[in-house]
Amino acid sequence: MRQLLWMVVVLAVLAAANTVLPRLINPYVAQVVLLCGINVILAVSLNLVNGFTGQFSIGHAGFMALGAYGSAMFSLHVGIRWVAALQAVGAPAPLAEGVALLIALVVGGLLAALAGYLVGLPSLRLRGDYLAIVTLGFGEIIRVLILNVDAVGAARGLPGIPTWVDFFWVGLGVVAVILLARHVAGSTHGRALFAIRDDEVAAEALGVDTTYYKVLAFVLGAFFAGIAGGLFAHFLSYLNPNSFTFLKSIEVIAMVVLGGMGSISGSVLAAIVLTLMPEVLRPVKDYRMVIYSLMLVVLMITRPGGLLGSREISLAWLMKRLRPARERA
Amino acid sequence: MSGPILALERVTMQFGGLKAVADLDLTIGEGDLVGLIGPNGAGKTTVFNVITGVYAPTAGELRLLGRSIRGLRPHAIAHRGVSRTFQNIRLFGSRCCRDNISIAAHQHAAATLLDAVVRNRRFERDERALREQADRLLEFFGLSAWSDTIAGELPYGQQRRLEIARALAGRPRLLLLDEPAAGLNPQESDALMHLIVEIRRQFQVTILLIEHDMRVVMGICERIAVLDYGVKIAEGTPDQIRTDPKVIEAYLGEEVHADLGAGG
Repeated sequence: MRQLLWMVVVLAVLAAANTVLPRLINPYVAQVVLLCGINVILAVSLNLVNGFTGQFSIGHAGFMALGAYGSAMFSLHVGIRWVAALQAVGAPAPLAEGVALLIALVVGGLLAALAGYLVGLPSLRLRGDYLAIVTLGFGEIIRVLILNVDAVGAARGLPGIPTWVDFFWVGLGVVAVILLARHVAGSTHGRALFAIRDDEVAAEALGVDTTYYKVLAFVLGAFFAGIAGGLFAHFLSYLNPNSFTFLKSIEVIAMVVLGGMGSISGSVLAAIVLTLMPEVLRPVKDYRMVIYSLMLVVLMITRPGGLLGSREISLAWLMKRLRPARERA
Repeated sequence: MSGPILALERVTMQFGGLKAVADLDLTIGEGDLVGLIGPNGAGKTTVFNVITGVYAPTAGELRLLGRSIRGLRPHAIAHRGVSRTFQNIRLFGSRCCRDNISIAAHQHAAATLLDAVVRNRRFERDERALREQADRLLEFFGLSAWSDTIAGELPYGQQRRLEIARALAGRPRLLLLDEPAAGLNPQESDALMHLIVEIRRQFQVTILLIEHDMRVVMGICERIAVLDYGVKIAEGTPDQIRTDPKVIEAYLGEEVHADLGAGG
């Protein structure tokens, strides 16, 4: 009952933000905010694999690409027709587009999840650097495949994807991935993932099916990377394989590491900071990326455990921090 | 005492040219407290690794309550009621003590991933039960004050205790302790001896332990098996082992020799 109420509240807030925000901020800022949201989804989903389970994956851009192209192809070939059919029977445009988008996102997510399952399997035998190489190879294979398949536009890219994504949908994706990650983390399943990260041998000896949980982490992480990719596709309306190079994977890893391995709020914070930084630094032109990189280096030296370490920002945590300040005043 | 809880039949574990364990026969009855001793490198931990499924034996058969467990994955063997501690403590260092125990009770949690995501009643009930069980175990082991402490930050002695508590969380029928007294001072090993006896009584668990501290082994074990170069050279009561010429020879030149003679 309480959960239902929460869901209604969240949906209402998102819908309200969706109508108010575009009037308050200019399109450039709106685009940056949406990118922040997509990057938050990417960072939190990668945190499930790298941070929670300790499986070092650097192929996240590959999962994102699969979700992006999968959902875009679905929308272009099926979704658009469904929207037309729904509108023909009198459904309002936002509803028809919303339904089509939701299905397209799930299709992209499932495609990425399937790939996550296939990539998760070698993770049973490989550890650390070796697994990293496999996931790196996977990401590149996906990119090169897309680059050579004419049906998805190859090197020309894939234009004309319907722009159905707005604040509401990105916000919904962000809420979904954070909620899932938090709830998994606080359950016996999340503890099993943490156990694998801390000591795989002990976890297995104490009854944790490490095979199942490692693959599960990959599947969940890939699913949400696919969702992020789908949102990205339906927001830009144009896809290009160059958006999904391994540099994109590295960017997401930087967010997870900077935020603190295993900290969900850390990933959220770092994803926002790392998306905003290049934009904020635009005035310094040529030195932009130099300063960006320098800030990363300095941050990692001063906070090697990440911005938040393994802590989480919660209401209780905030109250505890604020109370002494109030008493001092 | 009913039939054997664990039976090793001519178990051999070979690594390349090295026979770490050779034709080992070992039977452990329900409720027994058995010691496994031997000089360094005798293959004691390898025996544990074979029983818990870390290695599949090269030859031989393993039966748990009459059913073969040969070739099963470690977590499957754990689900059948075998739990262990490690020679060099292997706690989940980034989690609190309560979580360490809850993780080991994982197999008894009924809530599926979906239950956890939607936080339904089954999930709540599960979490409450896990928490209560963890708190009971922490109290039994005198670790209540450290419930929320990160396991990696505990003092050494407490880490050892937490590892045993964690091994009991899955409600095992057979508990394997790998050198529980390693690194403890005499007072601490005395406390440990009482603890082990008390664990067997309270949790009705069968215990097999590897130990170098002869005072501990001779003090609490009813039966002792001696391994040397992977071969069982003797088995019997502490008194029989103490006077066995083969055992004395195996330990000759080691400090323990004196302990063997002087004990009891």
